[in-house]
Amino acid sequence: MANMSNMSERAGGSLTAWALREGFYAGAVSLGLFVLFVGLETTQNIRNELVLNRRLGLLGIFVIVAAVGRFLTVAYLRPWAAARKAAAAAKPAEGEEGFSKRNFSKIAIVFLLLYPLIAISIFGVQGSLKWVDNLGIQILIYVMLAWGLNIVVGLAGLLDLGYVAFYAVGAYSYALLSQHFGLSFWVLLPLAGILAAFWGMILGFPVLRLKGDYLAIVTLAFGEIIRLVLINWTEVTKGTFGVSGIPKVSVFGIWSFDVSAANNFAKAFGLPMSSAYYKIFLFYLILALALLTAYVTIRLRRMPIGRTWEAMREDEIACRSLGINTVTTKLTAFSIGAMFGGFAGSFFAVRQGFVSPESFVFLESAIILAIVVLGGMGSLVGIAVAAVVMIGGTELLREMQFLKRVFGPDFTPELYRMLIFGLAMVVVMVWKPRGFVGSREPTAFLRERKVVSGSFTKEGHG
Amino acid sequence: MSDTLLSVQSVETYYGNIRALAGVNIDVKKGEIVSLIGANGAGKSTLMMTICGSPQARAGTVTFDGEDITRLPTHLIARRRIAQSPEGRRIFPRMTVYENLQMGASLDNLKYFNEDVEKIYTLFPRLKERQAQRGGTLSGGEQQMLSIGRALMARPKLLLLDEPSLGLAPLIVTQIFDAIKALNQEQGLTVFLVEQNAFAALKRSNRAYVMVNGQVTMSGSGKELLANPEVRAAYLEGGRH
Ligand SMILES: Nc1ncnc2c1ncn2[C@@H]1O[C@H](COP(=O)(O)OP(=O)(O)OP(=O)(O)O)[C@@H](O)[C@H]1O
Ligand SMILES: [Mg+2]
Repeated sequence: MANMSNMSERAGGSLTAWALREGFYAGAVSLGLFVLFVGLETTQNIRNELVLNRRLGLLGIFVIVAAVGRFLTVAYLRPWAAARKAAAAAKPAEGEEGFSKRNFSKIAIVFLLLYPLIAISIFGVQGSLKWVDNLGIQILIYVMLAWGLNIVVGLAGLLDLGYVAFYAVGAYSYALLSQHFGLSFWVLLPLAGILAAFWGMILGFPVLRLKGDYLAIVTLAFGEIIRLVLINWTEVTKGTFGVSGIPKVSVFGIWSFDVSAANNFAKAFGLPMSSAYYKIFLFYLILALALLTAYVTIRLRRMPIGRTWEAMREDEIACRSLGINTVTTKLTAFSIGAMFGGFAGSFFAVRQGFVSPESFVFLESAIILAIVVLGGMGSLVGIAVAAVVMIGGTELLREMQFLKRVFGPDFTPELYRMLIFGLAMVVVMVWKPRGFVGSREPTAFLRERKVVSGSFTKEGHG
Repeated sequence: MSDTLLSVQSVETYYGNIRALAGVNIDVKKGEIVSLIGANGAGKSTLMMTICGSPQARAGTVTFDGEDITRLPTHLIARRRIAQSPEGRRIFPRMTVYENLQMGASLDNLKYFNEDVEKIYTLFPRLKERQAQRGGTLSGGEQQMLSIGRALMARPKLLLLDEPSLGLAPLIVTQIFDAIKALNQEQGLTVFLVEQNAFAALKRSNRAYVMVNGQVTMSGSGKELLANPEVRAAYLEGGRH
């Protein structure tokens, strides 16, 4: 990459030639890479024989995209980026950040509060379903999960690859307890959180002495164990069939969303029957839960325990020699993180109306962790952005019907979700190696020194 | 003034099968400044860490204020008010200077924080200038000041300093030693320190120990050791500050 700066100084003619050569190489490499994976397809014919189909057109598209893409990158994108960088360096750094940047989270919250209304006004009550449910709720669930995991990974620095286990504990707690004991969501939500936190402790104990990769492996195994228990303990969990018919959540017991119920929400307000109201209610519910997670995280970070987590991530031995009990510190991180996983889990159960072990595979843990890492460990805003990009991006892929026209009618964009996911991760990590928001915000803001000291003295005497 | 605060008796510490301390005896009395000198690899840092219980002594006892702390976990030893500025400084690099000092005051839950932080800032005005800066971006000497400052924030009865002069300009070394001396005289703080800068340490110490290969080979008052020809030959010649 050392010649990158020289590159822009090269004469235009030789740059184009160079770009053409680079493009040609990229095409050749992708031809080699994809000739077997994309160029050939095996299917079975009616007589169950294996037939080999040649998909030269599709292969051609792949190669051309690679070649043209490389050409454009080298010839135009890179010089442009270099020029922009130089321009940015020449401009003196601005002291004040823009209004939108400073108030980003406030604007985002207001937007989220209005989001269902915006969706309804644009797409109508039924049309908004897709936007509120598939996109909004889906993203918010991951935002919440990632924020929960962030407490464990981002703040306390404990690499947990089995976070989905707590999500599962929360989901099954709600599913089973509501069916067997008929308890309502509002009773079971805290209970699911407590149960998940309890399991967080159970996991915490044996792994206390482990660090880094070893911790990651054990937590991964723990996640798998929980899933296997869910599959095999058929008397209770109904195994792979899962638990279905999970009751809906009511508006604090006042209005119900069951069609037959007397206090049905739509009936009570004389609205036409639609499942959209329920989805919109769920949207606000998960929004509230996610904001609760964020609020608690922000509060915890300013409290001694949060500061201790961050210190422990940096140097455990130093923490101990300052009189900090790292055992309880780790356990609280595990259990508080797990608690939010449990909340998210019971929300998931109530939203789907159905839970099965399939929803709690390792891939889910990996996605949640990827969001935390991409967001820049520890940064709430960064993580939310990462969730929107990752989950929203893959959901939007379903909508991209025009891709079918490019790649043929049997092209299912969803199947390429993970490819895009991986690509996005590589791009982000190259472009911003420490995540979207890579720098850590200090918890004590010295400009507001008076306020901060005031709250400290209060903490001390209390 | 003469009662013993810290007493290390026939302590042996191992790293795996390697014996780093081979029966060490050291006493530190209340209100004293005691220094420990010795060649690289003699086991000085190991002794400091053993007092803090990480690693724990395999044989022998460590007594602090009349209590056997040999088998206590590190954080409980720290709660007996033994604070250490360890080898390698071990500050929290991603946290600010201010937050590092807050961490130092964890024991009292920041009860005396505002009062104490001002004292640290008077001691090291440099830290005040840098209070919003991340620990990891401080210069080596500033990190050393922060490490000592953080240890002092815990209101220790016994302060353990592992090479406090490491990486510091001679002027700052004098300043730090004077500060330690002042704390010792004004507040009766007991200090046990390891030093390569033997001259500066011995000059200001009440007593000192010399360690060779995991054993204490010599001890005496600071003045005696300063005058001792062996000590002079091994630790002082050519290194006078
Ligand atoms: N973690 C460890 N594992 C194995 N051996 C160790 C470990 N730490 C120290 N040692 C060994 O123990 C011996 C004493 O080390 P120590 O760090 O106590 O020396 P020191 O007197 O502090 O030296 P220096 O003046 O260089 O700091 C050395 O031989 C060292 O190699
Ligand atoms: Mg040492």
